[in-house]
Amino acid sequence: MILAVASGKGGTGKTTVSVNLARTIGSGVQLLDCDVEEPNAHLFLRGRQTGNEVVSIPIPEVDESLCDACGECGRFCRYHAIVSFGSSPLVFPELCHGCGGCALVCPRGAIREAGRRVGVVETQEVDGITLVLGRLDIGVAMAPPLIRAVKSRMKNNGTTVILDAPPGTSCPVIATLRGSDFVLLVTEPTPFGLHDLQLAVDMVRELTIPFGVVVNRMGIGDDRVHRFCREQGIPILLELPDDRRIAEAYSRGELVVDALPEYHSHFATLLWNIKEIRNGGGRAS
Amino acid sequence: MKVAFTTSGQNLEAPMDARFGRAAGFLIYDTDSDTFEPVDNRQSVNTAQGAGIQATEAIVRHGANCLVTGHCGPNAFRALSAAGIRIYTTQAETVAEALEAFRAGALASIKSADVEGHWS
Repeated sequence: MILAVASGKGGTGKTTVSVNLARTIGSGVQLLDCDVEEPNAHLFLRGRQTGNEVVSIPIPEVDESLCDACGECGRFCRYHAIVSFGSSPLVFPELCHGCGGCALVCPRGAIREAGRRVGVVETQEVDGITLVLGRLDIGVAMAPPLIRAVKSRMKNNGTTVILDAPPGTSCPVIATLRGSDFVLLVTEPTPFGLHDLQLAVDMVRELTIPFGVVVNRMGIGDDRVHRFCREQGIPILLELPDDRRIAEAYSRGELVVDALPEYHSHFATLLWNIKEIRNGGGRAS
Repeated sequence: MKVAFTTSGQNLEAPMDARFGRAAGFLIYDTDSDTFEPVDNRQSVNTAQGAGIQATEAIVRHGANCLVTGHCGPNAFRALSAAGIRIYTTQAETVAEALEAFRAGALASIKSADVEGHWS
């Protein structure tokens, strides 16, 4: 099962849920930190690095001796990353999405693709957990190609895969969620949490992926998240209390299930709830 | 010579738009015949990225040799320079005022981008 952990709002506890779920499942689980602009699952799961690979996207390189300035490349590129004004085309590498279309449409074969580095993918082994994380280079605006590179390291061996998504509802999140079997939306019971949860619900419905909600920091705020979920028929699969000891463990970079073993059953129940829904428990939205 | 002015309007009394890539449109003024043609730039306004590059393609298609606008970012500057278009900046309120300043030689052409990308 590929399980994505997402949220609208940042700071709701996606990484906390992801790393503690990974520890609860234990040996064989794969955790992919797809928040490549600010990966931090490795701060909680500190292991031995087993891989470190540079990721590049293809950008066009024009052979001026072959180019006859026909402009086909520029007419094709919807991102305006290549353009010709009656001379050899100009390339804007930071606008290029690396689709390779310009090289395909060039009638003179004047365009070849050269790599532009966007970041690295690291692999770590932590007590039987495989952690894969992407680190986007400073100044690179496009996260999805690196997220896809992180996801390409996924081993399809029947074990559970957890995808820790970036916050929000835009391209990097979509790139993370696509292909997953179930999405956990982590929120907090505040007006801010509710507002961004509603956006995230619209997103996963658009993607037609079954989902459920985790409410973190129960005890603060109000009951509007619960009312919303009830009205919409969205299952709440886990509630984590606003427990000062959780915050203390977090601040030391410790896993909740390690520092406070009584929470192990919370995460085990969460997994059980997801399996129930996937097995036709009938509550998935 | 054809001069492109960035504006949201259809005539010389229209207000100048300080943006280039995401200006609502252009008036392409022909100084030889003293006629002008409005050009829509909605396609660039709505594009996800590369508005300045697409706007450059639009004014090149309409034969502009010069551009008079408020500001110009780095990608637009590179594209306009490659297309051989001279760029003049002005604070003029209307196209007519900008045209008068341009004709009087009161506008200086810029030699580099004067703002960051996505400045407005």
